[in-house]
Amino acid sequence: MTTETALANNNTNKPIISDSIKALITTGFKTVLVPFIGILVFLMLWAGAASKIDTSLGKFPGPSVVWEQMGSLYEEHNAEREKEQAFYERQQKRIEARLAKDPDYVPKIRGYTGKETFLDQIFTSLITVLSGFVLAAVIAVPLGIAIGLNKTLNAAVNPVIQIFKPVSPLAWLPLVTMVVSAVYVSPDPLVAKSFLNSMITVTLCCLWPMVINTSVGVASIEKDLVNVSRVLRLPALKHVQKIVLPASIPMIFTGMRLSLGVAWMVLIAAEMLAQNPGLGKFVWDEFQNGSSNSLARIMVAVIVIGFIGFLLDRTMLQLQRFVSWDKAGTAS
Amino acid sequence: MKWFKPLKSVAMSALIGVSGIASMQAQAELGYPEKEELKFGFIKLTDMAPIAIAYEKGYFEDEGLYVTIEAQANWKVLLDGVIDGRLDGAHMLAGQPIAATMGYGTKAEIITPFSMDLNGNGITVSNDIWKQMKPNIPKRADGKPQHPIKADALKPVVEKYKEDGKPFNMGMVFPVSTHNYELRYWLAAGGIHPGFYAPHKGDTSGQIDADALLSVTPPPQMPATMEAGTIYGYCVGEPWNQQAVFKNIGVPVVTDYEIWKDNPEKVFGITKAFSEKYPNTTIRLTRALIRAAKWLDENNNANRPEAVKILSQSNYVGADYDVIANSMTGTFEYEKGDKREVPDFNVFFRYNATYPYYSDAIWYLTQMRRWGQISEDKPDSWYVGIAKKVYRPDIYEAAAKSLIKDKLAKVSDFPNFAEEDGYRSPQTHFIDGIVYNGKKPNEYINKFSIGLKQGDKI
Repeated sequence: MTTETALANNNTNKPIISDSIKALITTGFKTVLVPFIGILVFLMLWAGAASKIDTSLGKFPGPSVVWEQMGSLYEEHNAEREKEQAFYERQQKRIEARLAKDPDYVPKIRGYTGKETFLDQIFTSLITVLSGFVLAAVIAVPLGIAIGLNKTLNAAVNPVIQIFKPVSPLAWLPLVTMVVSAVYVSPDPLVAKSFLNSMITVTLCCLWPMVINTSVGVASIEKDLVNVSRVLRLPALKHVQKIVLPASIPMIFTGMRLSLGVAWMVLIAAEMLAQNPGLGKFVWDEFQNGSSNSLARIMVAVIVIGFIGFLLDRTMLQLQRFVSWDKAGTAS
Repeated sequence: MKWFKPLKSVAMSALIGVSGIASMQAQAELGYPEKEELKFGFIKLTDMAPIAIAYEKGYFEDEGLYVTIEAQANWKVLLDGVIDGRLDGAHMLAGQPIAATMGYGTKAEIITPFSMDLNGNGITVSNDIWKQMKPNIPKRADGKPQHPIKADALKPVVEKYKEDGKPFNMGMVFPVSTHNYELRYWLAAGGIHPGFYAPHKGDTSGQIDADALLSVTPPPQMPATMEAGTIYGYCVGEPWNQQAVFKNIGVPVVTDYEIWKDNPEKVFGITKAFSEKYPNTTIRLTRALIRAAKWLDENNNANRPEAVKILSQSNYVGADYDVIANSMTGTFEYEKGDKREVPDFNVFFRYNATYPYYSDAIWYLTQMRRWGQISEDKPDSWYVGIAKKVYRPDIYEAAAKSLIKDKLAKVSDFPNFAEEDGYRSPQTHFIDGIVYNGKKPNEYINKFSIGLKQGDKI
């Protein structure tokens, strides 16, 4: 009897274990293997197509060449850092030599004058997009709340927003450039003009989706919540802080996520167009150089741009999930 | 407070005394640079080499200058950068400071203490045009085309396009660029009219009466524009002629060395205001550039391979080593496989290449007059006046003398400053055999069969 039950137990246990293994395998299959195969097939297609395309700069770069260039760009970055080190050491010596001769000299350390490496350009683009984005948020969120709360204001501002919303920020670029160079004059500027140009372009790009989403979010707060606030006789600021903001946060973040994605795309184009430092300039410079490595280097930039765009989107999504109370609309 | 005034005047006179001593010392010994952080612009061409070398070899730093070098999108952006102060100085077309000072285009006082190189340009035509031109070119015994190829060979092709009612478009880099004048010189020497300018009528396209229509394209984009079929040929500096050979899209037919042997090319331009505000800095940057140019030509071009390696870095010219090396190391590839020796294709220092001769500036002025960019007759004295405003051998001389004093250069490296009057002796090596004497610009203009002469106006 006991052996029988043991056997029976054994019999019932086995399928349970294999079920969980199966489930594990299927999820593993779905989350790891399938994407892996997808990427592999893509790489093979890419390599196959690349070897068939002849450009005047040589063959279109395949995955292996691009990988090689990724390595060489990183090496160039390291080499440049070493040069930078040497630059500062030389400068130090020169200052000391001059101080010995000319004790009144007030030494000032001059910044490194070498080129910006690929990694520097990535960093520049990231800083630009984030500062432009933050500036847009600072303007757009209060504006959106005001518009959402006040129907009259909404009616007044809405036509302007509707007209400017579909304009590509690149169309603004020449105007931004001219205005910045006319207004922003200082002998010792805090940030470069080119940085301001790119940043304002990003801001213009982020502004409209954020304003619209915020105002819609604020306008569609449930009546019950508004009534609660009325009953409690909350002052205006408290009303915004306790009722409006929490209720409209999911919509605000949806707007932010949307605009950050577009901003990243627009920034690269703006940098290319205006020759402002960043990944866009890197792509354009390489195109102009027309060396046999240029296409592979541009491809590296393309992949990096895509990867950073993906990371930015994921980060915004996590943020959105973290701050949203209803977890709605955050499915990836 | 009566005691204050005399004290002040005493202090003042003491101050004057000190500054007097300081200025005397400045004459004896070159002072520290007034501005240490500088930004220089350039266009991606091999003749920007002196700037890259002065940076990479530490010559700028030796002068206490911390220089950032930045590629510019085109010549207009570069010039505007220097005028509005975004750039402290730049690699410029020789015609740019002259035209700016004269007020053709943007008016601004720009000077040059340093001429960057001789020669270095070429004229390239597309494969299709080359095929049509080739039967008209005399052959050598070995079957290769005889050089220099004259525009006479191109003339029937242009005429055919004209009969078919198709415009014959060619590219050059800027309205006042060397390339524009060289291309015009070559075309006109072969009987092809490159067109007049008429700025007094608001026509700055330069296509009045033209057989071949010339338009502006930035140098790095020349090969791509020709590949797209927008232009049939172009005149540009290196490496963009050799690049056409490598990419198999065109054939360089003539170098500017063959059009005019040892012609002056780029200059280093700064604003007059900069040179007055920062005199020591100006002399010091000239010193660094002279040293760089000397290094480039030293020991019979021995350093050129290293220079090519530096230029092929993506932040400088960025083209492939082989493409740049072709012209920089003394050879030039015409038709694919037809590589010929042109040891003086790029001259940076020998033949006093860096000395800013007035006669060089005057040649550019004569061509501006010839093609109508200067629409009115001018006396010879006017030509000299403009040349002396823009070309500043005095600064060069100060820099050269201090280099000699510091034992960084030899007396024999430079012209004899005591006797030099700023004019090269009459130059004879032009493709059409016409002699140029810088002292008689009007007489020179009258010698050309195509072009405006004394008294002509469009």
